[in-house]
Amino acid sequence: MRMVDLKLDFNNIQKKPTRDGYGEGLVESGAKNPNVVALGADITASVRVDWFRDQYLDRFISIGIAEQNQVGIAAGLSLTGKVPFVTNYGVFLAGRAWDQIRTTVCYANLNVKLGGAHGGISVGPDGATHQALEEISIMRCLPNMKVVVPADSNETKKATLAAAEIYGPVYIRFGREKVPSITNEDTPFELGEAYCVREGTDVAIIACGVMVYESLVAAEELAKEGIRAMVINNHTVKPLDAKTLIEAARVTGAVVTAEEHQVAGGMGSAVLELLAQSCPVPAKMVGVYDRFGESGDPDVLMKEFGLTSVNVADAVREVLKMKKNAVNREE
Amino acid sequence: MRSNLNEEQLLEKSRWLRINILKMLSKAGSGHPGGSLSAIDILGVLYNNVLQHDPENPHWKERDRLILSKGHICPALYAVLADCGYFHEDELNGLRKYGSMLQGHPCMNKTPGVEVSGGSLGQGLSIATGIALGGRMNQEDFRVYCLMGDGEIQEGQIWEAAMAAGHYKLDHLCGIVDYNGMQIDGAVDEVMTINPCKDKWLAFNWNVIEVDGHDVLKVEEAFKQAEAHKGKPTVIIANTVKGKGVSFMENSAAWHGAAPNHAQLEEALTGLEIKRGVDTK
Repeated sequence: MRMVDLKLDFNNIQKKPTRDGYGEGLVESGAKNPNVVALGADITASVRVDWFRDQYLDRFISIGIAEQNQVGIAAGLSLTGKVPFVTNYGVFLAGRAWDQIRTTVCYANLNVKLGGAHGGISVGPDGATHQALEEISIMRCLPNMKVVVPADSNETKKATLAAAEIYGPVYIRFGREKVPSITNEDTPFELGEAYCVREGTDVAIIACGVMVYESLVAAEELAKEGIRAMVINNHTVKPLDAKTLIEAARVTGAVVTAEEHQVAGGMGSAVLELLAQSCPVPAKMVGVYDRFGESGDPDVLMKEFGLTSVNVADAVREVLKMKKNAVNREE
Repeated sequence: MRSNLNEEQLLEKSRWLRINILKMLSKAGSGHPGGSLSAIDILGVLYNNVLQHDPENPHWKERDRLILSKGHICPALYAVLADCGYFHEDELNGLRKYGSMLQGHPCMNKTPGVEVSGGSLGQGLSIATGIALGGRMNQEDFRVYCLMGDGEIQEGQIWEAAMAAGHYKLDHLCGIVDYNGMQIDGAVDEVMTINPCKDKWLAFNWNVIEVDGHDVLKVEEAFKQAEAHKGKPTVIIANTVKGKGVSFMENSAAWHGAAPNHAQLEEALTGLEIKRGVDTK
């Protein structure tokens, strides 16, 4: 298991939207590889693809408001050697163009990159229609697809660069709001490799996206109660880093998953599918429980929908009771 | 590779391709004869007299591309590809069988010569548009063809792609609508009319050519006109007969997706045998 000391000062953390990291990663990918092209869907600035467009106008293709066509055209471009980045709001990209992603892109294993913007409830005031809470489920079930949910802007940039360099479909999920930058330019990142950002022996909190930060805050709080919580940044939901996750479960004997997404089919489901078969331990899941989002201030919504450090800490206390009961039964 | 066959040779080719389509479908026990038979003359003309392609080198960069958007008529494509030499004709016996390179709908990673995987209708024209855009960016001068069904253009994505191809003036892109007038539930006009078909394409900034899709010389001429037309993509609306060439299948929606049994195959082949060397129109 790779350990990474983030050297965080919780009183002094900068914030930056993950969409900025995507935009920066796309520009840098464009500089590295002349075959990288970007497809715009009328929300170009909102998803930070304008940064690429302004640098590489001849490699930017405006598609208009047509997600299915956007994915299909990207598929065609990939067949001419291009590395097309399709960027759209996650709800519309993963949802509306799902069949195109499934049959045209994934079945043929085409080299198409999907940037799913505005992931999660933290989109805020736009409300349920624009808050993507299902993409991880419906993307990770597709053969040949890779799914990445970076923790912050720096990591989103690295994930975008990594996606451009490997062959095959990749879905990168990022958000609209500013989130704490917990990693820096030098923090190691490998697609498919989860890493431990806090050591612990009582429970493993396995998180992705902004919930990695929330889990770190929860772990600080729990430490005051004498609970030693390990925190894993599980940025790559597919393919899972089975070795690291199984080791985390084996060492701690209890798991909490945390994600800004429906618990049905999401990152937590992926982890528990693995652990149930390879290292079953008591588990609790933090996420959205079978409801649509609504309009509101992002911070209010995160609290209302149970997606804060408080909820993670509560889940840890619950799972530790389960762990204790399980031990007692064995005795 | 262009064979530049004359009319008699093209018609004889079509007759032979029809026989192979029927044999492979009968052997498979399922599949789609109606649209395969309506489009086979177009595919025969394309692969023998129009496309620049090399069966020895299916991934040749400068090849012209055919995107089969109406993927369910892949038996027609497989018959043509086998005839061109992309793979051995014996492979046709494996259609739709486990382990075969010939899937029930096209799979580019299993079958040499198949440009894209597909079968979920309405997606091919977007892919063809993307290939045409990529070719232009790469300054390659291959042409892209996309064969669609008439019922298929009920799909909204076709019109998203049509809008984009018109917008980008992709004159190296040529669509073909196999207008046989029938779909599974019955007549296209009754299920959901696509008319006025020509006006729709014109409104999306396409050049439109209408042709008898079984008149091989006129089909070839239409492809030449499409290539010569600059500044717009061209769509060829090919008026065809569903099940063309097999009397009991012609103009029948029932033969959209049903394979002939042994007796029906014999009857169909007898009919086609009689037509040897004779105009199949």
